[in-house]
Amino acid sequence: MQLALSAEDQKFREQMRTFFTTEVSEDIRRTVIEGRELSKEQIVESQQTLNKAGLAVPHWPTEWGGQDWSDLQRHIWNEEMQRAGVPTPLAFNASMIGPVIAQFGSQELKERFLAKTANLDIWWSQGFSEPDAGSDLASLRTTAVRDGDDWVVNGQKTWTTLGQHGDWIFTLVRTDPDVKKQAGISMLLIDMTSPGLTVRPIELIDGGHEVNEVWFEDVRVPADNLVGELNSGWTIAKFLLGNERVGVAPVGTTKRVLARAKSLAGERADEPLLAARIAELENDLLALELTALRVVAHSADGEPHPASSVLKLRGTELQQAVSELMVDLAGPASIASGAGDDSALDEWTHHTTPTYLNLRKASIYGGSNEIQRQIIARTILGL
Amino acid sequence: MDFTYDDEQDALRDAVRGLLTKAYGDFEQRRQTTKADPGFSEKTWAQMAEMGLLGLPFSEDDGGVGAGPVEIAIVCQELGRVVAPEPYLTAVVLAGGLVQACGSAEQRSELLGSLAAGERLLALAHDEPGSRWEPTAAAVTASEEGGSWTLSGTKEPVVQGARAETLVVSARLPDGGTGLFVVDGEATTRSGYPTYDGGRAAKVVLDATPATPLGEAGRDLTSSIATILDLGRIMAGNQAIGAMEVALAQTTEYLKSRKQFGVPLSTFQALTFRAADMYVSLELATSLVQWATMVVESGDPVAVRDAAARAGLQVSRAGRHVGQEAIQLHGGIGMTAEYAVGSYTSVLTMLEHLLGDGSHHLAGLAGRVTDHEDLDPLAIA
Repeated sequence: MQLALSAEDQKFREQMRTFFTTEVSEDIRRTVIEGRELSKEQIVESQQTLNKAGLAVPHWPTEWGGQDWSDLQRHIWNEEMQRAGVPTPLAFNASMIGPVIAQFGSQELKERFLAKTANLDIWWSQGFSEPDAGSDLASLRTTAVRDGDDWVVNGQKTWTTLGQHGDWIFTLVRTDPDVKKQAGISMLLIDMTSPGLTVRPIELIDGGHEVNEVWFEDVRVPADNLVGELNSGWTIAKFLLGNERVGVAPVGTTKRVLARAKSLAGERADEPLLAARIAELENDLLALELTALRVVAHSADGEPHPASSVLKLRGTELQQAVSELMVDLAGPASIASGAGDDSALDEWTHHTTPTYLNLRKASIYGGSNEIQRQIIARTILGL
Repeated sequence: MDFTYDDEQDALRDAVRGLLTKAYGDFEQRRQTTKADPGFSEKTWAQMAEMGLLGLPFSEDDGGVGAGPVEIAIVCQELGRVVAPEPYLTAVVLAGGLVQACGSAEQRSELLGSLAAGERLLALAHDEPGSRWEPTAAAVTASEEGGSWTLSGTKEPVVQGARAETLVVSARLPDGGTGLFVVDGEATTRSGYPTYDGGRAAKVVLDATPATPLGEAGRDLTSSIATILDLGRIMAGNQAIGAMEVALAQTTEYLKSRKQFGVPLSTFQALTFRAADMYVSLELATSLVQWATMVVESGDPVAVRDAAARAGLQVSRAGRHVGQEAIQLHGGIGMTAEYAVGSYTSVLTMLEHLLGDGSHHLAGLAGRVTDHEDLDPLAIA
């Protein structure tokens, strides 16, 4: 048992901190820190800055741009990035399809996609959820039927985050309707400019356009765009979602927002009720961060620590709780979400409620928190 | 950064677990032991002495083993797992810890040597009517005449105050501040009683009772008391973690075996989800307690104070959650003294109120909330 980082890890931490706070554009970091919406161009610029320095996809295999880092170093990289207000590399590229192609894809797919995926030259979208397949993903109904050298895809995907920017979409499709539902699923890579593919925006309660429906009507997809074996899509999806859970607790970001809340509260942070609320949130976040460190420290020999399932559940709850605090700090000004540049109110107050409403999603996506409880009850407690 | 035990620490845990499983693996043995005075097993206490556990924190010069906080934490976790009634926390960690921190070489050698050997039980007489976990004394006062000291006033509740041969008593000094004194238990008027967790406590009345200053006479020892109380909070947290682990395990076993409506309770999601939430509380509290234990090694009293409050708050929340739900998920059987799980809830309640409840710690943390921008657990090392 030892608390201190090794000298090597300490040095690594300082290097990361210096890079993120000096090499990524100040304008982009301010946008993140002040809770404003990033443009597509800012997201691309930030990821390309990271990629140039080898910091966009460190968890990938080294031959495809990854770094030979320890789990702890990856954790430090992630935390320092969030702390500095650097947008984390686009999850669909860096955490989802990249590792999948590296693990399951043919050599041809790797050469065709991985470098561009790391550099965000291709913007990936995720085609998993459907109107009748949410937490019960395996009951998806979008079909792919073989016709010559192509697959012909029909159906509908939904909750496709930032699909309006998407160039390609990795899509789970039903390729065998006659077997157990998990056994008849495959993953296809689909060019979003294909004829018959339509993206329609879904307006959300925060007033923003973040997610979309994607419709497939006789969309032809070359057979080479199948990832891995035919009908192995469920295995790939589980691999992908397993990666998603690691690092899913945005501890660094939530800490940064809480520190900002404290600073914006000014002298009011001394009021007993508010001070107690902040102190309790800080303590809960500390417990979460330490749990993440325990998970990292114990994951070294392969198997994830059982406590990792706690991270998504509690991480999203705290992210939401801090966004709620921001709304309450803004007070009546939190109503003025549509106010423009001529508003007499502090600019930060405009964003508080849309952010709070937007983050209700966090306990639903990535395996809803009820699914996480089920995982804990079944796989850890044996219930 | 490392959250694992080394081989020696693993061996210590196995040895302590072996000893305590023999003593209390059958919960009925614990129940019978706590029914009769002094509320713990003198035999088990002697075995703990033989194993070196009672001298674990003290330097070898004083008859101890010179082990660090991680080793003490291991012992406390194991005591918590079987809700052992032995007064390790109060006698060794608190009273012994104060003797080690403040006593003269002669006092350390005499008191800690005999404590470690299991020949002398120490009790810390610090709480007073109206006190709420402060490191100071108010109701018991110290007087000096011609180089001799006496104490007057009432201490209560004093854990194991009636059984202990020697009391370490805090008292207000004539010139202000709080001192510590060694008092012969026989020289006081003591009335002992059982407590809900199976333990024993006492009212200790001092009336111009002869007392020997611990260390240099007349010195204000408030900061030493505060630091040892903080150490005690972190070790109480370790004890609570052990108790919560077992309370959760008992609950999940019960959900699997108990049938109602013709099916095991574990088929009801309303129950399994609540067990999952208990697990979340336990893991988060475990992380903070392990971290706080490592902070003790830093030796910085300000960092230790902060870590103790943080662990105390998290353990308070988790202990109440796990303890209350453990009984509820068991149903009526959880209310009975014959069945173990309710006793775990009792002990968790006692541990929290021995050294400071969640609100106490939260008030302290809230008062310091603007002292820092954010918290960096890796910076305290």
